[in-house]
Amino acid sequence: MRTIRTTTAVISALGVLTLSACSAAETGKKDEAGGAKTVKLTVPSWVGAQANTAVAGYILKKELGYTVKTQQMGEVLAWDALSKGDIDAIMEDWGHPKEEKQYVTTKKTVVKGGDLGVTGHIGWFVPKYFADAHPDVTDYKNLNKYAKDFKTAESGDKGEILEGSPDYVTNDDAIIKNLKLNLKTNYSGSEAAQITAIKKYAKEKKPFLTYWWTPQWLNAQVDMVEVKLPEYKAGCDADPKAVACAYPNTPLQKFLNADFAKNGGEAAEFLKNFKWTTEQQNEVALMIAGEKMSPEAAAEKWVKANEATWKAWLPKK
Amino acid sequence: MTAVVTAPAKEATVPEPGLRALLRHRVHRKLLLLGVAALVLIPVGVALWGSGSWPAELTVDVSGPLDDANKWVVDNRDTHPLFLYFLLHLSNTATDAVDAVYQFLDAMGWLGVLAAGALFAWRAAGLGQRGVKVAATAFGAFAVCGLLGMWDATLLTIALMVVAVAVASLLGVLIGLAAGLSRRVDRALRPVLDTMQVLPAFAYLLPFVLVFGTGTPAALFCTVIYAAPPMARLTALGLRGADPAVLEASASLGASAWQRLRTARLPLARKQMLLGLNQTIMMALSMVVIAALVGAGGLGEEVYSALSTVDVGKALTAGIPIVLIAVWLDRTTAAAGDRIGESSPGGGLLHGRSAWALVFAGVVAAAFGRLAIGKAWPEGWTYEISTPVNKAQEWITENLTFTEAWSREFTLWILNPLRDALIWLPWWSLLLLVAALAWLVGTWATALTATLSMAAIGVLGVWGKSLDTLSQVLAALVLTLALGVLAGILSSRAGRLERWLRPVLDAMQTMPQFVYLIPVVALFGVTRASAIIAAVVYALPAVVRITTQGLREVDPAALEASRSLGASTRQQLLQVQLPLARPALQLAVNQGVVLVLAVVVVGGLVGGGALGYDVVKGLSRGEMGIGMTAGVAIVCLGLVLDRITQPATRKTD
Repeated sequence: MRTIRTTTAVISALGVLTLSACSAAETGKKDEAGGAKTVKLTVPSWVGAQANTAVAGYILKKELGYTVKTQQMGEVLAWDALSKGDIDAIMEDWGHPKEEKQYVTTKKTVVKGGDLGVTGHIGWFVPKYFADAHPDVTDYKNLNKYAKDFKTAESGDKGEILEGSPDYVTNDDAIIKNLKLNLKTNYSGSEAAQITAIKKYAKEKKPFLTYWWTPQWLNAQVDMVEVKLPEYKAGCDADPKAVACAYPNTPLQKFLNADFAKNGGEAAEFLKNFKWTTEQQNEVALMIAGEKMSPEAAAEKWVKANEATWKAWLPKK
Repeated sequence: MTAVVTAPAKEATVPEPGLRALLRHRVHRKLLLLGVAALVLIPVGVALWGSGSWPAELTVDVSGPLDDANKWVVDNRDTHPLFLYFLLHLSNTATDAVDAVYQFLDAMGWLGVLAAGALFAWRAAGLGQRGVKVAATAFGAFAVCGLLGMWDATLLTIALMVVAVAVASLLGVLIGLAAGLSRRVDRALRPVLDTMQVLPAFAYLLPFVLVFGTGTPAALFCTVIYAAPPMARLTALGLRGADPAVLEASASLGASAWQRLRTARLPLARKQMLLGLNQTIMMALSMVVIAALVGAGGLGEEVYSALSTVDVGKALTAGIPIVLIAVWLDRTTAAAGDRIGESSPGGGLLHGRSAWALVFAGVVAAAFGRLAIGKAWPEGWTYEISTPVNKAQEWITENLTFTEAWSREFTLWILNPLRDALIWLPWWSLLLLVAALAWLVGTWATALTATLSMAAIGVLGVWGKSLDTLSQVLAALVLTLALGVLAGILSSRAGRLERWLRPVLDAMQTMPQFVYLIPVVALFGVTRASAIIAAVVYALPAVVRITTQGLREVDPAALEASRSLGASTRQQLLQVQLPLARPALQLAVNQGVVLVLAVVVVGGLVGGGALGYDVVKGLSRGEMGIGMTAGVAIVCLGLVLDRITQPATRKTD
């Protein structure tokens, strides 16, 4: 008896749900009521990209009269949201070949937005105070000699190379194996943890070896020197298991949602024009991370001081 | 670890010598049987797949199909009817609902929200002194949120919480009803509820994001999944625990099953259900930051974005309001729960409907007050704490140097040997060990579940990583239990200590772990020890609370008797209180396991590596295979640990 009642209840509940679902749902999110112009940008987790987004957002708001919405999320999630139109643009991308193929080439929901003007480079770094004392450490061939200096509780008998967030592209395990280095990766799991650890080492003037990249605001606070790995040649990182070379220089890219690129008007044009230098980006990034200014305040300060630069990005009237 | 596991089993034999003999006999027989089985099976296994680590022949790679599913969703979600006619409706409704609540709160203005929070707390907690106190807590909580400059983020978080808690409780009550009325449903649902709580939200965040898109819907549904189980469990418990005499009486009066449920069972279960609501709220709040990872906004986003600039002060500024919302809701629902069953004097202006009317009138008046003083929290009324907090954090991490030495020694002398030993053990011997332990404390069914879960880890191909994680979990568990039971004993004996500890424990439980990631790394470095500290901080409060409660509830007559026999305080504690509080201690162990496992993923963010790192990697790289596999392995570890630490509760069920 009870079973019958429960079944009836469940069936009727499902029935109501089905009825309400009779019409197809809207796929895209509604745009703002009243025709207000809105641009949605993603804010990646690292500060350099926050600087781009903050400056772009500030100019869109103050000069072009747009409402700017920002959303923080992981890189791959951002690509997905870009494809769906949940966000309009990614201002700094370090290279996602898989996503690029899926969304730009195959589905055509995302289009390229041009160079950001900043070139990114990933590599292995040691602090300058250590490199000054041991100049030959900057060649990978000598790393085994210094492995004992990089030893931590996590790395056992080997030297430790500190790794960052799982977001980041890394071939380090393969490089270590293929170059026969006496090193072990230690995955810190987040950029925050990696930066905290580096700052701590630097304060105590301890030797360390880390996976790191430029541009990065911390480089202005902790001086680091790159360790030379075998030179990068196109395709040498094609097979993830056989990598035995350095990381490439990546001209950072912008990507726009396809619809937005076509119908986004001045905003889309402005974002395509946006292009600045590594130094300019670092200036804003350091204000945010080093001086703990809010991204808006940092953007405002930079925009006020560099009118000539950003005037060139505005759409021609 | 073995000491912790076997101790209760031995204690169980203490009361009666006859039972002891019987039990020992049974233990012998079980071990003998297991030995025979091992003698037959192990040579076969070793001959087929060799010894050492889990044999590669016995693994199944599930990441391929999962990644295919991933791709199918991305390709079809704009066109397939399943999405157009069902899932997208869900997602749009979710966004609209949260948005509506937020607009409503925003329209009330800060004065209206403040008044509503305080007045409802006052009414729900009763009208006496206690009500005033709870109302003052609510008022203070909201005021501090505003003072910290987090007013708008707080409103957005509350809006998300209101919708998430409403859906989670509704779902929880439905599941709880089914489980409370039928034993078979209960048994079938229990593993589902366990999985909902132990499977890291990080692991299923990705599929939800793929299906529903980033932003509110994915965050909302993940929160609901995590927060619904306590409501379901406690509703079922309440229904099951209804006094049989009352049910008998109502049945004899000719009430139908439905009437009995409505008029007798549900009202009798009210208290448990309110506790369930309370727990659901707390669980939902602990998801605030994780929700921010997919762009839900609110306080979580503030915490998350503070992390990228390594700004502890800013993270704390956003973390404090989360704790305060939790304290406000906890005190209010707890006070309301205590009032159930109290006889309240009728009549008078401050009772019953007229009091509620008064509350509404006050809120409406305050909401209109915003016309005079503005809707947003006044900007001049905010106070910046991030600079002093950052200075304090720097000072502490510079001056506490022993922490790093401790973490190095702990890693070298405890974690490394434990991990290496576990990994060194041949795969079959670990299976055998799990089977033996589980069989000794439970039935053959327990042993089978535990062994199969352990085997599943191997089949998934994450044997080594899981053992690494297991070694961390065991170390964290031992630390948590040692510290927690000690603190629990102390605070059960000194009431003042408990009062002083309460806000600290509240903060430890509800402060998002993301807030203390940076200080933990600054103090302990990027090592597994940091991950363990993060786990201990999170799991400790529950263990302390349950131990305190358990010791307090020991029958006073037994204590009195032992005292009259001349037992010293120490003897009383060791020989009367602790043994009598055994069920509570067992529950503490169980909660320790669940909570430590819940932070494995967070540990992955500070250098814990292994499964936790994989789960985070799955989410951030968009690779469902890696994330899900690691998530399921964590659930399996949970099952193994649960089965070998939970003897009595299952037998008495």
